Amino acid sequence: MKLPPIIAALRRHKAGVVLIALQIALTLAIVCNAIFIIGQRIERVNRPTGLDESNLFWISQQWVGAPSADTADGVEKLDAMQREDLVALRNLPGAASVVPINSLPLRNSSWTGSVSLKPGAEAGGKGNVRTAYYFADEQVLPTLGVRLVAGRAFNAGDVQHQGFRDNPPRPVVIITQALADKLFPQASAVGEVIYSDGSSAPSTIIGVIARLQTPATGSWGSDFAWYSTLVPTRLNANFANYAVRTKPDQLETTMRAVAPLLYKVDPLRVLDDDSVRSFSEIRAKAYRADVGMAVLMGVICLILLAVTAAGIVGLTSFWVGQRHRQIGVRRALGARKVDILRYFQIENLLIAGVGVVIGVLLAVGLNLWLMTQYEMTRMPVLYVLTGVLAMLAIGQAAVFVPARRASNVPPVVATRAV
Amino acid sequence: MFGYYLELALRSLKRSPGLTALMVLAIGFGVAASTTTWSVFRAVSGDPIPWKSAQLFVPQIDVWGPNGRSSDGEPPVAMDYTDAVALMRDHRASRQSAMYQISPSIVPTGVGKHPLNVSGHAVYGEFFPMLDAPFKYGSGWSNNDDANRAQVVVINSKLNQKLFGGANSVGKSINIEGKDYRVAGVLDGWNPQPRFYDVVNSGGFSSATDDVFLPFQTAIQAGISNDGNTNCNAVPAESGFVGLQHSACVWIAYMAELSDAAAVTAYREYLDGYARDQQKSGRFSWAPNNRLRDLPAWLSSQHVVPSDTKVSLLVALGLLLVCLVNTVGLLLAKFLRRSGEIGVRRALGAPRSAIYAQFLTEAGIVGVAGGVLGLLLTVVGVASVGWVLPKDIADLARLDVSLLVLTLLVAVVATALAGLYPTWRASQVQPAWQLKSN
Repeated sequence: MKLPPIIAALRRHKAGVVLIALQIALTLAIVCNAIFIIGQRIERVNRPTGLDESNLFWISQQWVGAPSADTADGVEKLDAMQREDLVALRNLPGAASVVPINSLPLRNSSWTGSVSLKPGAEAGGKGNVRTAYYFADEQVLPTLGVRLVAGRAFNAGDVQHQGFRDNPPRPVVIITQALADKLFPQASAVGEVIYSDGSSAPSTIIGVIARLQTPATGSWGSDFAWYSTLVPTRLNANFANYAVRTKPDQLETTMRAVAPLLYKVDPLRVLDDDSVRSFSEIRAKAYRADVGMAVLMGVICLILLAVTAAGIVGLTSFWVGQRHRQIGVRRALGARKVDILRYFQIENLLIAGVGVVIGVLLAVGLNLWLMTQYEMTRMPVLYVLTGVLAMLAIGQAAVFVPARRASNVPPVVATRAV
Repeated sequence: MFGYYLELALRSLKRSPGLTALMVLAIGFGVAASTTTWSVFRAVSGDPIPWKSAQLFVPQIDVWGPNGRSSDGEPPVAMDYTDAVALMRDHRASRQSAMYQISPSIVPTGVGKHPLNVSGHAVYGEFFPMLDAPFKYGSGWSNNDDANRAQVVVINSKLNQKLFGGANSVGKSINIEGKDYRVAGVLDGWNPQPRFYDVVNSGGFSSATDDVFLPFQTAIQAGISNDGNTNCNAVPAESGFVGLQHSACVWIAYMAELSDAAAVTAYREYLDGYARDQQKSGRFSWAPNNRLRDLPAWLSSQHVVPSDTKVSLLVALGLLLVCLVNTVGLLLAKFLRRSGEIGVRRALGAPRSAIYAQFLTEAGIVGVAGGVLGLLLTVVGVASVGWVLPKDIADLARLDVSLLVLTLLVAVVATALAGLYPTWRASQVQPAWQLKSN
């Protein structure tokens, strides 16, 4: 099969050729970027938080008419109320362990600050590493299901309590492996001293945990998504939040038991519809927008590919009809069926080839433009290459049916008048 | 003649049902994807108070100095207590209000009812007339009430329904955080989206409504602490909510009404003068770096429209473009297949304009059919948006007459445009050449 005759024939349908090539180019550009967005979202949604997420639920509640957390007396009373709740929750038959904690990964309500190797560092200055704090008691590791990789866990003697807006020293902390690597790239972090939030009081790192995501899922928190710091402190305010790990298969029964139990301990509190939520609900809510965007992009990609494939089928069918007689002549002159089939396949490959070359340029250009306008990263070449191969394959698949019909034109057509 | 062309077009479309269906489907899907994403985009990018947004301004004061500015030199987006109260005291705009987000609990009267948690804002009395908040019963409170720290509250109709069964509750009292407040007014389901008066705390869109509004100074005195974001450049020297008020932490939103350009200039000068005074007194050690943006500019600077919404709209428009290119190709094939017929018509004396009329009619029918399909798909699309987008945004996407008209219009205009080139090609068919070759 020689190319020159195919090219010569294509020159006679310039408009059709240009339109198919343009359609393939645009489709490639859009689909590549859409699939890239889908890929990014899937990666985001699938990253593990570091928690053992099954059998875990969350309670947020608020006391009404509680004492003020701004006075020492009020803090003591609030702490007593919190400890009373904890005793009741830990006695629930389905509860394996319970911890008072200010937030959980993906909850988007965070207490952030910065840690530094030097005392009294100015906020926002160099050498400071941003972190999110989890204030909890000694039950934090078993309840969250995070793995200790070095040092020791908190014990009851480490645990303090403080008013919500107070800033007492934090003598001991546990940090994540990611934060430890950032602060002490050379050595083990256990036993080292850091200073939090510009304080001049030292905090000794007593343990390092494998992985724990910070609560924020927004882009503002992505720089320090793995830099969590655990502080052995019960926070005292007019609200208190708890995380509960249940025994296997007792998640729902335990969750249902919480509201009546807490009202029994103290009826003057607010517990509304979303006060008690399983971690899977928290995860679904946090990533709803990402999953939605991925679904939307997926649907649009499917429509695009279907429209483009159908367009190729339609236009090639038209060409086959138009060249019915010429095909007959070629067959009469000795061309085999497979030659006719190949002719249309190569013709499509040529057009699609031009289309994907333009499409690659458009795809990269669109990606670069999106990077300047929105929070988008550079698209890996792999996406473009896959897109190119997919477009060529779709072109070949679409052209097959009309090409087969062309190859079935009998040679006798050549002898008939139209 | 039009009736004849219509008949010709229908006959032609019936002759190749596959190709016709393909064109109609492509137009339908392309248009529906575009209008569905448009309905979401329109909902989130709309001006929440179009009649007044050019007169509402958000001042920013550089309380942190060079170290606390963002990378592009912007001062903090919220105010600290000292500056907010000083600006309120000076009262230089025709109306203004400092505000902070609260989340107090309410104890309903009646046995067996559990306390409930509500969200709202602590504001000054001028907040309501400044934002044209509609009242169902009663009204806001006066400047005197602000000064006297009156125990009054404005509630939204939703809370009024819950607590008072929807009756006129003006003058009745509500227990908020253990203190009694007299209801001054009931808002008429007011829940502007984006929540433009406090973008910093709501992020723009929120599925929760603001149920209670308390006087700012009353809430401060009662120790009702802020529920929104608190940003600090240094740890507050004193602890507690009072410590927060004495600190340079920013947590207060501010809005001022300035009716004309002269007032805006005067207010700008006032802000700079205020910052210079702070510099003189030694509180700031840097030159004034204030901002005063009107509401549309403020919303855009805070990126209130989610970028996902814009990207989806762009991708959907790309889909529409591909569908149109596809339609151009298919119409071209369809029209040129009938070169012989065109040749005969032209040879019998039909002018080019007649060919134009005939084929544009055909393209128009495809457009109308695609538009009708697009309408159905848009209805489905808008209804299922909640399945894909976060609730607080999906709830805003509405189906209305203008959206339906737009769908049909886009489909017909786009298809007619797509039909132009193939029709031009059809009109260029040489009658003699066609007749001869056959």
